[in-house]
Amino acid sequence: MANRKIPEINAGSMADIAFLLLVFFLVTTTIQTDSGLRVLLPPYVPEDQPVEIDVQKRNVLAVQVNARDQLLVRDNIMKIEDLREYTKVFITSGRPDMAKSPKQAIVSLLNDNGTSYKMYLSVYNELRAAYNELWEDRAQNDFGRAYDALSKQEQKKVREEIPLVISEAEPTGN
Amino acid sequence: MAKFGKKGKKEAPGITTASLPDIVFMLLCFFMVVTKMRDAELKVKISVPTATELQKLEKKSLVSHIYIGQPVPSYAEVYGSAPRVQLNDAFVYPPASLEADLREFIQNEKDKLDPRQHPAMTAALKIDGKVKMGIVTDVKRNLRKINFRKVSYLANDGSKTE
Repeated sequence: MANRKIPEINAGSMADIAFLLLVFFLVTTTIQTDSGLRVLLPPYVPEDQPVEIDVQKRNVLAVQVNARDQLLVRDNIMKIEDLREYTKVFITSGRPDMAKSPKQAIVSLLNDNGTSYKMYLSVYNELRAAYNELWEDRAQNDFGRAYDALSKQEQKKVREEIPLVISEAEPTGN
Repeated sequence: MAKFGKKGKKEAPGITTASLPDIVFMLLCFFMVVTKMRDAELKVKISVPTATELQKLEKKSLVSHIYIGQPVPSYAEVYGSAPRVQLNDAFVYPPASLEADLREFIQNEKDKLDPRQHPAMTAALKIDGKVKMGIVTDVKRNLRKINFRKVSYLANDGSKTE
């Protein structure tokens, strides 16, 4: 009884098990890559020297968000779902009450200090989406390819046709 | 001749693979230790909003993170429950020192890099959705003051769920 040998366990497949674990974790782990809405802030101008800009009223799309996260576009209350379509019409249609041409269009975003960041970002996102969709359309029209598939120069050309102008005024409120 | 005939019957000695698991586990442990997930500990509660028009931040080394949100409960006793700005591991406190702190933070970030890379640097703003715009605007204005104008509002990708 006492001198009976314990059979050896074959450890040859342990390596396979360990490799399997390693591969499993390699595949399932996604190192979090940050993605965000890229914005270039305007250069700083001291508050006591306001910049005078002379633009026609029709070329400005005034978007306002108040402290209760309500959206006002050109003095009309609007739902955020409609903002993208309206912005696209404003930029490209050339109607008498809309921007004369995409190059002259200015989107002006004014928020209140009490506006929530979430609301602000979703409004900004919609405005950006409008521009992105217009660029996409223009790319398909002029080059017959998706905007992302264009070369750097072609993209620049498209962006020059429809320049991204989102101006942000100093917020209201305290 | 008979002497040589025996040769072919000899078996090759088996290579012992018993230590292979140890090697693999060592590799596994090495990578687990070496991999660095995030460089700063988050001291504020942040749930970023959702957006669709996102672009990936490519070069990690060129990105400086600025966090804004409510301090987590363990820090709330000291810093209160109002939203605060966190740069690296420290809060901007008192809030009035925001301009000086931001300037120092950006300068530190710039010193880590080659001057030729400075124009490509981006500030990643990780901001809680419930934060009011007042504090965000303060940060933005101060970034503009020091002429650090490339920012990115971090958000969850909402285009996948549509």
